[in-house]
Amino acid sequence: MMTTTTADPMVPVPYRIARVIREIDGVFTWHLKSLDGSAFRFRPGQFNMVYHFGVGEIPVSVSGDCRDLDTLVHTIREVGPVTNAMATLRPGDVVGIRGPFGRPWPIDEVTGFDLIFVTSTIGLAPLRPLIYEVLHRRSDFGKVVICYGTRGTDDIMFEADLHRWRARFDTVVHLTVHSAPSGYRGRVGGVASAIRTARVDWPSTQAFVCRSEALTRQAVDTLGGLGVTPDRVWVTLERNMQCGIGLCGHCQLGPTFMCKDGPVYRFDQIEPLYAVREF
Amino acid sequence: MSHEPAVITRDGLAALIAALHHDGFRVLGPTVRDDAIVYDDIAAVADLPAGWTDEQAGGHYRLKRRGDDALFGYAVGPHAWKRFLHPPLLRLWRADRHASGITVTTDPEPAEKLALLAVRACELHAIAIQDRVFLQGPYIDPHYKARRQGIFIVAVNCGQAGGTCFCTSMNTGPKASEGFDLALTEMAGEFLVEAGSDRGAALLARLPHRPAEPAETDRAADIVAETAASMGRQMRSDDLHDLLLENLDHKRWDDVAARCLSCGNCTQVCPTCFCTSVSDTNDLTGATERVRRWDSCFSQEFSYIHGGSVRPSPRSRYRQWMTHKLASWVDQFGTSGCVGCGRCITWCPVGIDITEEVRAIRGDGQSDSIQEG
Amino acid sequence: MVQITNLEEILSAHPFTAGMDHDALETIVGCCSNAVYHPGDYIFREGDPADDFYLIRQGVVALEIHVPQGQPIVVETLETGEIFGWSWLIPPYRWSNDARASEQVRLLKLDAACLRRKMESDRNLGYEIYKRFLPIMARRLANNRMRIVELALEPRPTHSRRKG
Repeated sequence: MMTTTTADPMVPVPYRIARVIREIDGVFTWHLKSLDGSAFRFRPGQFNMVYHFGVGEIPVSVSGDCRDLDTLVHTIREVGPVTNAMATLRPGDVVGIRGPFGRPWPIDEVTGFDLIFVTSTIGLAPLRPLIYEVLHRRSDFGKVVICYGTRGTDDIMFEADLHRWRARFDTVVHLTVHSAPSGYRGRVGGVASAIRTARVDWPSTQAFVCRSEALTRQAVDTLGGLGVTPDRVWVTLERNMQCGIGLCGHCQLGPTFMCKDGPVYRFDQIEPLYAVREF
Repeated sequence: MSHEPAVITRDGLAALIAALHHDGFRVLGPTVRDDAIVYDDIAAVADLPAGWTDEQAGGHYRLKRRGDDALFGYAVGPHAWKRFLHPPLLRLWRADRHASGITVTTDPEPAEKLALLAVRACELHAIAIQDRVFLQGPYIDPHYKARRQGIFIVAVNCGQAGGTCFCTSMNTGPKASEGFDLALTEMAGEFLVEAGSDRGAALLARLPHRPAEPAETDRAADIVAETAASMGRQMRSDDLHDLLLENLDHKRWDDVAARCLSCGNCTQVCPTCFCTSVSDTNDLTGATERVRRWDSCFSQEFSYIHGGSVRPSPRSRYRQWMTHKLASWVDQFGTSGCVGCGRCITWCPVGIDITEEVRAIRGDGQSDSIQEG
Repeated sequence: MVQITNLEEILSAHPFTAGMDHDALETIVGCCSNAVYHPGDYIFREGDPADDFYLIRQGVVALEIHVPQGQPIVVETLETGEIFGWSWLIPPYRWSNDARASEQVRLLKLDAACLRRKMESDRNLGYEIYKRFLPIMARRLANNRMRIVELALEPRPTHSRRKG
C-alpha cells in the first residue's frame, strides 16, 4: 500500500533543514521539518525526490524512523554537482520534498521468520527504517542478524545505532571491514564471509539486501548457497528517476517502473530482467 | 437521440466547423505546412488539405497532388494528437524565494476546449492508449486530464491505406469504431456521418444533413474494406509479448543496431510514446521554473545513473524501445503500445521497419504479404 | 595414546576433513598437534619457512601484510572451522603474509613436511587434501575479486572527516 499525497506529486513541498549531521567522509544526514508542521508519513524502503531549489533534484531513500512523524531524515552522499551543492546547505535552509514514493520493504509478510540484513557503507541508510520498525515490533520475528561491511573503520555509518543494536540481547551485529590496522580485533573481509557466520535457521530466513547492483548478485548467491531461496531475498535497485510517479518513463526495467513497482523487489520476481545486460 | 447514419455536403462540414467555434471549441485539424500535413488551428474548410495525398515508405514522405480535391485523401503525417494532450513543453511550477522561505506556484490549466477534426481510427486507439497511461494509473497526470476533458472528436474513416500503414495487423482500424463523437467517410464530395455519442448526434442535428441511403452506407463500407485490403505493411501481432521478451539476446538486435542512428525520430512521431524529462532554470531574482519536455529513450543520458548509463549502446536502446512498445507495454497497460500507424517507419532516416524487425526475430523465412510502399 | 585418540576425534570433527575416510584421517593424524595462541601472538611471519598447515578449532586469526611505512594491514580474518596457510604446498614453502591471533585461538597444526611426504607417497591422500583445498581457495579468490569490485565502485572520500 502506497502513501500518496493529495497534493500534486510533481510540486515540491518546502521543508526546512533543522539539523545537519556529518557522517563518514562525504556523507551527511539532514533532519527536516515541514514548514507548516504537518506530519510526514512513509513506510521503510520508500524514497522522496529531494530538491535543492535551482540546483537539482535526486531520489533519496528516507533513512529515519517511520514512527517519528515530525522529522524527515535523509542521508545523502556527495557524488556529483547536485549532492555536492546540497552538502553546503545549513540548518535553516529550505529544500523541496516530493513523495514518499515507491514500494516499501515487506514487514507484515515476513513475521515469524529469522531476518538477516546484508549491506555495506551507505546501504545501511535505506535499511535503517526497516531495522527500526522490526525492533519496534521485535517479538513478531525470529532471530535478527545485521551483516554490515565497510571499507575500513572510518566508514562505519550510524555507529550509535549499531552500538545500540549490538547491545540488545535479541539482535546480532556482524561488522566486517575490508582492511584494518594490525592489532584490530574485529572481522576483516567481505560481507559475504560475514553472512556465513550468521546463526539463523536458513530455510526459514528472509534476507534484506541493500548493496550496489554488482554486489547484490554476490549476496544473493551466498545466501542461496546457505539455503535462502530467491523468493525470500528482498533487494532495492536503482534507475534514473525523474518524476517518481511512473509517468516519465526513465526508470523502467522491462515492464516494471522502478519508482512505483519498486525500488524494493523480491529477488526471484526481478531476477529474469535483472540478469539481461543493458536491459 | 438518433444515431442513424446521415450524409452532409461540404457546406455541412463548413457548418460543423462553425458550430464548434460557436460552442467555444478550439478546432484543430490537418493542414499543409512545410511540405507535410500537420495538425494546426482550423478556421474554415479552406484550411484543410484539399487535393493532397501523402506518399510514404521507409524513410520517405512526400506530399503529392491528387487527381480529385478530396479533403482527407492522405494517411497520417509527422504530428500525432498527443502534442495537444501531452504538450511537448510544459511549465510545471515556479518557485520564488523570499524572506520567509520559498513559495511554489502552479499555472492554472488551460480553459480552452479542444475539438479534433479528422482523427484516424489508429489515432483514436492511440488516444485511448494514452488515456490508460495518464488517467488510469496510481497517479493521474492533471495536465493531460485537463486537456482531455470535454474534447470533441470528429473521426475520419480512411479512404486509402498509407504506404507504411498496418492498422489491420494491430486491430486498430481502418474503421473508427469507438472513442469519437462523429465519424466521417468521404465519398465523392460528400460525407457519410455516423454519430458515436449523444453529443455528436446533437451537433449533427444542427447541421444541414439528410439520412443516408442504404447504397451510400454500403459504399462507405466498401471504401473501408478496400482500405483494409491495401495496407502498406503487415505484422502478425498475437504473439509479440513472449516472442520479444524471450529473445532479448537475438542477433537481430545487433543487425538493427548497425543501422539505427539513435536519433529518436520514431519516439517523437509515435502517437503513444510518452516519456518526458524535467529541467529547471533559474533567473536572476533567484526564482526557479521547472519545465517538462518530451524525451526519448534513445538519448544517451536517458538511463544515466551515477557511474554511467544502464543502456550505453544503441543496440540496448533500440531493443528497449521496441520491446517496450510491443511487449512490456502489454504488462504495464493491458494493450499493445503500437497502433500500426507506420509513422516510425516513414520518419526513420534509415527506414528501419518495425514490422520487418519483428519478422526477422520470429525467423519467418518469407514475408506475410507486404506491398512495397 | 590417549592424546592421539583425542586428536583424531578433534581432527575428524573439523569441517575441513568432513567425509574423509578413516584411513586417510589415520594417516594424517600422525602429523597433527594442538596449538594455543593468546590475543596478539604471531602464529607465523612473512618469509618464515611454511612448516605447518592450520585448522582453526576456535577463535579468530588475522592475516596481515607488512607495509614499509606505517602499521601492517589486516587483509582478512578467518574464524572457527576455517583453514589458513597454503604456502606449505608451493615451493619455496615460505609464508607470504603474517598470521596473528586476534583473540584466544586454538589451532590444529599439521606438520607440512610430514604431510607433503605422506601426500607424495599416497596419491589418494594427496587427492583428498587438494580436493578439499581447492574449493576453499576458489571461494576466497572469488570473494577477493568481488572485494576489488566493491572497492572500485565505492566513491573515494572527498575531504577529511569532520565530526558533529
